[in-house]
Amino acid sequence: MNTSPEPLIRVEHIKKYFPVKLGAYGDKKATVHAVDDVSFEIFQGETLSLVGESGCGKSTTGYTLLQLHRATAGVCFYKDVNLTELSDNQLRPYRQKIQIIFQDPYSTLNPRMTIGTAIAEPMMTHKIATKDNVAEKVVQLLKDVGLTERAVNRYPHEFSGGQRQRICIARALACNPEFLVCDEPISALDVSIQAQIINLLQDLQEKYNLTYLFIAHDLSVVRHISNRVGVMYLGKLAELGDKDLVFYNPLHPYTKALLSAVPQPNPHTEKTRKRQVLTGEIPSAINPPSGCHFHPRCPLATDLCKKTVPEWRKMEDGRFIACHAA
Amino acid sequence: MTRLIQNNGRGNIMGETLLQVTNLTTRFHSRGNLIHAVNGVSFKIDKGETLGVVGESGCGKSVTMLSMLHLLPPAARVVAGTAFFHDKDLLKLNSREMQRIRGNHIGMIFQDPMTSFNPVLTIGDQVGESLIYHNISNRAGAEKRVIELFRMVGIPDPEARLKDYPHQFSGGMRQRAMIAMALACEPELVIADEPTTALDVTIQAQIVEVVKDLRDRLGIAIIWITHDLSLVAGLADRIMVMYAGNVIEEATTEDLFDQPTHPYTLGLLAALPAFQASKNSKRLSSIPGSPPDLRAEPTSCPFLPRCSYAINRCAIEMPLAHEIPGNGSTPHSVACFVNTQERITVQ
Repeated sequence: MNTSPEPLIRVEHIKKYFPVKLGAYGDKKATVHAVDDVSFEIFQGETLSLVGESGCGKSTTGYTLLQLHRATAGVCFYKDVNLTELSDNQLRPYRQKIQIIFQDPYSTLNPRMTIGTAIAEPMMTHKIATKDNVAEKVVQLLKDVGLTERAVNRYPHEFSGGQRQRICIARALACNPEFLVCDEPISALDVSIQAQIINLLQDLQEKYNLTYLFIAHDLSVVRHISNRVGVMYLGKLAELGDKDLVFYNPLHPYTKALLSAVPQPNPHTEKTRKRQVLTGEIPSAINPPSGCHFHPRCPLATDLCKKTVPEWRKMEDGRFIACHAA
Repeated sequence: MTRLIQNNGRGNIMGETLLQVTNLTTRFHSRGNLIHAVNGVSFKIDKGETLGVVGESGCGKSVTMLSMLHLLPPAARVVAGTAFFHDKDLLKLNSREMQRIRGNHIGMIFQDPMTSFNPVLTIGDQVGESLIYHNISNRAGAEKRVIELFRMVGIPDPEARLKDYPHQFSGGMRQRAMIAMALACEPELVIADEPTTALDVTIQAQIVEVVKDLRDRLGIAIIWITHDLSLVAGLADRIMVMYAGNVIEEATTEDLFDQPTHPYTLGLLAALPAFQASKNSKRLSSIPGSPPDLRAEPTSCPFLPRCSYAINRCAIEMPLAHEIPGNGSTPHSVACFVNTQERITVQ
């Protein structure tokens, strides 16, 4: 993996707030702080993973970065281009280069479109292929993801979940992207199929020098696929760093608790292992706790944590962390 | 409540068979096709024991349990088999007799706590309903018992939460309420169908701790259905692996992880990313292909098209479960013609 020092994607202090209406008649207004001041960089050819519990804002971060949601504040750069200030029309050429694979392969394919048409559509829209050579390109893409050309005239319902996810990957690759957001691409699939899709994603990364933002809640998959990992909690990044550092020497108390909660496939150690079980649940993103968002569940919380938001700072070993205690 | 206190730990009650299922076979009718969902499943569970049932979606693990409880959809029929709970064959009971067992002697925890509650009734009413239905207590008594149950499963402020509606509970809290509901009548057996699949890992860890604690205190037998082998590693006494409606391997948890024998079990374990992290291998080993079409009458080993160990015999007959030597306290049985253990040592 050739990691150049120039980041391909740069996200600076992005915030995404959603207005919601509460109360029986929608008379009370409130704001969901889905993503609250998140910054990171992704380098060419690497895989950065975002992990966290549901509702922590990891998918929203991905969507905001792709401008599927427009950020409330902050900027997103693709190479030197500030995506946040482009209009929808101006964005279109960049959409080829930044693509997404969604979680659920059952609802992301149009049931009335043949696989061939579905994969050809983005290429025709972006004028990458002509009517003469589009069929050939579709077959090539299907081969890349491990399907045969017989799939071209068939409909989505004729395929299993794993095959559908392969089709979604082929469609995301149709425009020769450089960067892919993979939003929980395997969590809707069976265990024996998950490994196939992960291998496919890794093969394609090598073949086309792709850069991934991998969003997942399954930590063991993340440990396998990523170069760097970011842990999110309630709209904020808690810790971000090299995979080995985060997994084998976690510093943030939330990272520690999250890792401890993952069951290990070893009955001898697992039956006696003392787990650090977090009490309570994720607080509401409408009314996040003051100071450090994690302080009500944190075993190390002090008065400082209740009052002051911890700074997102760089440690000596190159990782970033937001915690007063670490 | 008295029944609760009398059980002192589960060590001294294990060994007595609670449920014995033999050759259970269930078929679905679908658009003129016959779906072979469960093909002769046999297993038993002792009092106070925890059995993990592992398999992919569509392998028949849920249908097996629903068959026993007469909860199958109208398109499905149990065509053969017996399921003795104590000395009663559950499959021969009429619906009235079955109602007396369900909820009272066998509790059920379903996968999705979001859709398993009635949205217009309070949680307290729903958890207490079975107590009133089975004539265990009156309304006032049921309320007291629900408060006690809520405290047991770790729902804070039980007196107030009793009157809440399902939408006021979070996913984890709803699953705790489901557990409370399953335990309300102090059943001897609880069937948990993927109870943590819809939950986050930290909440999953909380639920697993609650269930382990209750099992040890109350001495309930648990059938825990899951697709996650790592999850049952720390929870189950015995594990049964299912594939395409068949039990393909069964052993004590330690034995299954130390000596996995069926090619499918080997593949499942090898495909776990957690299992491979230590090896730092670049690629995950995966099982090629996808699960079989259940419309075809099973005449050969269902795993044959995906199996790398297959021999000629696998295409002609269906392998039956047979015992192999193991270290566990209960037999290790495998439905495979090939001795994969030997093959591994030879390589």
